[in-house]
Amino acid sequence: MDIKETIFKSIFFSASVFSAGITLFISGFMIVLALPILKQGLFFDMLTSPWAPDHGLFGLGPMIVGTICIAFMALVISFPISLGCSFFIGILNPKGLGKWLKKMVESMTAIPTVIYGFVGIFLLVPLVRELFLKGSGMCILSAAIMLSVLISPTMILFFVDSFARVPQSDLNAVDALGGNTVQKFFYVVLPHSWKGMLTGIILSFGRAMGDTLIALMISGNSVAFPGSVLDSARTLTAHIALIIAADFDSIEFKTIFLGGIFLYIMTSASIILTKFLFRKKNNK
Amino acid sequence: MTFRNLMVTILFMIMLFFLVAGNCFSDELDRFKGEKQILRISGGTAHIPVMKEAAKRIMTFNPDIRITIAGGGSGAGIKQVGEGLVDIGNSGRKATEAEINKYGLKMIKWAIDGVAAVVNPKNRIKTLTRQELQDIFSGKITNWKELGGNDKPINVYTRDKASGTRSVFWKKALKKSDITNKANVVVSNGAMKTAVKNDPYSIGYISVGFINDSVFAIVLDGVKPTLDSVKQGHYKVARGLYSNTKGDAKGLAKKFIDYLLGPDGRKMVLEKGFIPVN
Repeated sequence: MDIKETIFKSIFFSASVFSAGITLFISGFMIVLALPILKQGLFFDMLTSPWAPDHGLFGLGPMIVGTICIAFMALVISFPISLGCSFFIGILNPKGLGKWLKKMVESMTAIPTVIYGFVGIFLLVPLVRELFLKGSGMCILSAAIMLSVLISPTMILFFVDSFARVPQSDLNAVDALGGNTVQKFFYVVLPHSWKGMLTGIILSFGRAMGDTLIALMISGNSVAFPGSVLDSARTLTAHIALIIAADFDSIEFKTIFLGGIFLYIMTSASIILTKFLFRKKNNK
Repeated sequence: MTFRNLMVTILFMIMLFFLVAGNCFSDELDRFKGEKQILRISGGTAHIPVMKEAAKRIMTFNPDIRITIAGGGSGAGIKQVGEGLVDIGNSGRKATEAEINKYGLKMIKWAIDGVAAVVNPKNRIKTLTRQELQDIFSGKITNWKELGGNDKPINVYTRDKASGTRSVFWKKALKKSDITNKANVVVSNGAMKTAVKNDPYSIGYISVGFINDSVFAIVLDGVKPTLDSVKQGHYKVARGLYSNTKGDAKGLAKKFIDYLLGPDGRKMVLEKGFIPVN
């Protein structure tokens, strides 16, 4: 028994070391490859300047702005929908309908992003173009709407899970006091579960930021700083996908590693934040 | 001549036709007999219709052969074949001196193709001068009204840096003038066609082989970009379609390229809207 246990332990241990190692290795790899540019002390220039390779400008500013705008807007659209949906599943749950809805939401997580991209191009983009009568319809708004559909299952499932952790006795107490469902939701469920909900929000934000295909297909990919939500914009991920085909020796190609580092920093920051919140909650 | 005789004659002629046709067919594809490998092709997106048709015919003839076709753009094709990731890397432009020297590439040109500025068929604007085209793509002209069209902003579509179509259009139609940074970027000839087809206020550019009723090819300086005008050299925004291999083509890759250059391949190239080379 003892030997078996040690063997299993070491297998699991090495597996975790391996996966953690890969993550670290990737960040190291990107830093090494971006070194020629980092050495020139251009890091902060890259953050703010525009992208015009023909004029010797290789700034990632527009892409960073584009990434944050699209991901943040996706979150803003997705949050109320997810909240309502999880309220329906977790609290209202008329005639056990919530269970079925939850199953549907779960299966939504399995839809490949390219499908959303397709739907976006053929349905959403023409709609946005005709509705607002400005631009091509390939814009921040379209991409954000599609992304919000992509991230909402993550959010809904997290919300429902955190609602389920609210102690039944508290809920019974509200019923005993004669409170209605809405009061129960706002005064008992939300205060109890906001930390779990925050985790879901942050994870969805990371997912929205890391998604490539939807942005590549429907955000338009222009390299100008976006001025409104109806302007075409390019995300860092789409930028990397577009530039990676350029030849290896060009400066363009080297800058995409810097883009990778920015993305890495932004997504890991959101995940570390999540972990931090988790620990606080468990200590409480 | 009785009716019976006539029937026999017709039957005989039909049989003769199939015999001859069948012979031609198998002669061309015979070289693929007994092959069992995978052939990987990537790069130029203008090449894809021809590549697909050739692959379909070869794989129908000999199901043991697997041919995979990917896009990515000319830059990607050259890079991937140079790095040994694919067997044939297509490009819609000549590989540069540097690329040839670095990887030891061999270029084979099998078609000539034009690059045309295209607009949505609903657009009233059908002709442009080269200067107007440059002004549109550089962002100086931003509304169709300025050219006599509807009062709608112009949505400019362009391709990414790896595109051979882009490099030819930029050099020969735009004379290397700037492309506005507000332009939307799409990643293949197919995606460009879809984008222009769906957006009534758009302008973009695609390979002449891709033009059909869903987009309208702009008459540039009085010349309409068609198969004929490209062939006769009247329409100047033209380029070769190349297939590149690392070193001389060998094995299946060589047979594939030979097939493209043979009579069957040339017919196929013509059917797909390109001009076969001699």
